[in-house]
Amino acid sequence: MRRRLPFMLALSLTLLTAMFLVVPALMSMLAGVTSVYARGISSGLTTEWIIEVWRLYADTIWRSILIALLTLLATLLIGVPVAYAFVVNPSRFTRILDEIMTLPLAVPGLAVALAMLQLYGGFTDFRRSSLFIVAGHVVFTLPFMVRAVAATLSAVDIRTLEEGAASLGARPLRRFLDIVVPAAMPGILAGSLMVVTLSIGEFNLTWMLHTPLTKTLPVGLADSYASMRLEIASAYTLVFFIMIMPLLIAMQIAARANAGKEALP
Amino acid sequence: MKSRRLFAITCLVPAVLVVTAFFVIPAVMLLFIGAGKGPDGEAGLWRYLAVLTTERYRSAMVSTVILSLLVTAVTLVIGGISGVFLARNRFAGRGILVACLTFPLAFPGVVVGFMVIMLAGRLGLIASISVALGGDRLVFAYSMAGLFLGYLYFSIPRVLLTVMGVAEKLDGRLIEAARSLGAGPWAVQRDIVLPALAPAFVAAGSICFATSMGAFGTAFTLATRIDVLPMVIYQEFTESANIAMAAALSVMLGLVAWLILALARLNGGSSVAAAG
Repeated sequence: MRRRLPFMLALSLTLLTAMFLVVPALMSMLAGVTSVYARGISSGLTTEWIIEVWRLYADTIWRSILIALLTLLATLLIGVPVAYAFVVNPSRFTRILDEIMTLPLAVPGLAVALAMLQLYGGFTDFRRSSLFIVAGHVVFTLPFMVRAVAATLSAVDIRTLEEGAASLGARPLRRFLDIVVPAAMPGILAGSLMVVTLSIGEFNLTWMLHTPLTKTLPVGLADSYASMRLEIASAYTLVFFIMIMPLLIAMQIAARANAGKEALP
Repeated sequence: MKSRRLFAITCLVPAVLVVTAFFVIPAVMLLFIGAGKGPDGEAGLWRYLAVLTTERYRSAMVSTVILSLLVTAVTLVIGGISGVFLARNRFAGRGILVACLTFPLAFPGVVVGFMVIMLAGRLGLIASISVALGGDRLVFAYSMAGLFLGYLYFSIPRVLLTVMGVAEKLDGRLIEAARSLGAGPWAVQRDIVLPALAPAFVAAGSICFATSMGAFGTAFTLATRIDVLPMVIYQEFTESANIAMAAALSVMLGLVAWLILALARLNGGSSVAAAG
């Protein structure tokens, strides 16, 4: 009987917290398909607002997907080799590089974006293209890719695997492509999901870096929250939820698969 | 193995180039701009101190720090209790509950701001309830209280996950031993669970504080009339076109956030080592 009261109190607090997080999300989803939200559900359900969002903001959705994929490509090409070097050849230099690479996570995105704007504001073509936003996203997401891949490579003892291949005469690049990359695959997958999810949702940097012609989904969301009726803002948020939900579920599955592997001897 | 070392060093080159070009050089440049000529034609390091000496910046800094401290404290209490609870109990629906508590992790700050509007805005849940109860329409989304709710919203999932991760590794035998020696549930929490979780609290709390200090998206949606530091920086940059001041303030903001995280890492690191 002594454990009952703490259990019930903790359960109530946890349920209340879950409601605090879930209820507004559900309300916003509902508002996105309600004719007139102020009059409630009885005003009828409609897809009118979602169609309106598509008409107004489809370009931001496509651009966000494109930027996320380019960011992913860049973090793969840059991040996987770095993670490999961190694991097989650690030195004072790699520690400093790791420290500098994670700094953009500690420093507010606003400051990073201001810095980038000061240096590249004058390069008009670059500043006006989506690649400018990709550069910001790469700086911000790279540490996540490196962490995930390095963790996997440390766990599989990549040095020994590689020495085996080396004794059979494989050159470093061959070994990297045939041994390291396959061994790092769970980390690459987890890192990729993280990078894409972060890039699609990134606002703090992107708001500063975007131009009227390079609006992304979160930039469009901020725009709709400030200037559109609640139903359109809600429908747009609903589209965003639908986009990131599969990514979140995939992340959960990948994490569970990795945890399962670690448990094996 | 010489060829391997050479190859490993080559692997670093793209990252060094990208990080230098898009982070290191811009950040160093920002340092100089903060001390350079502003719209008033004056140059000097004084701008870095303006966050303490100029009334507007100081009050923004103070309210941002107080808000972040408050958010961190409340998040640690909620995340601590719920995290330990979820890690130590198994019951029907637990998986769904965990999913509900962690899915906002992927929300950008602007969306979190919109969630607060759904709760405490003019057409929000709290407004409808207060009207239904016969009171005035209660609207506080665009005030400090709304900002506080928003920061709680994005902080709770992070802290909860960190606490759960550590609490699941907690040695159940210690707790059983304490119980069999006659310790009550509160004593077990106070003497066994809390000390074991202290490093996780330090780590999660510092991340929570640093994130709240720099939170821009949520403030952007809600705080058009509230002076938190990121909004002040944004206004200096856009409305006043005072780029030097914006640079100096964002350097100071970045410095505070980084220092908190570095300090926490030092503390967390040593206490983890002591426990091991």
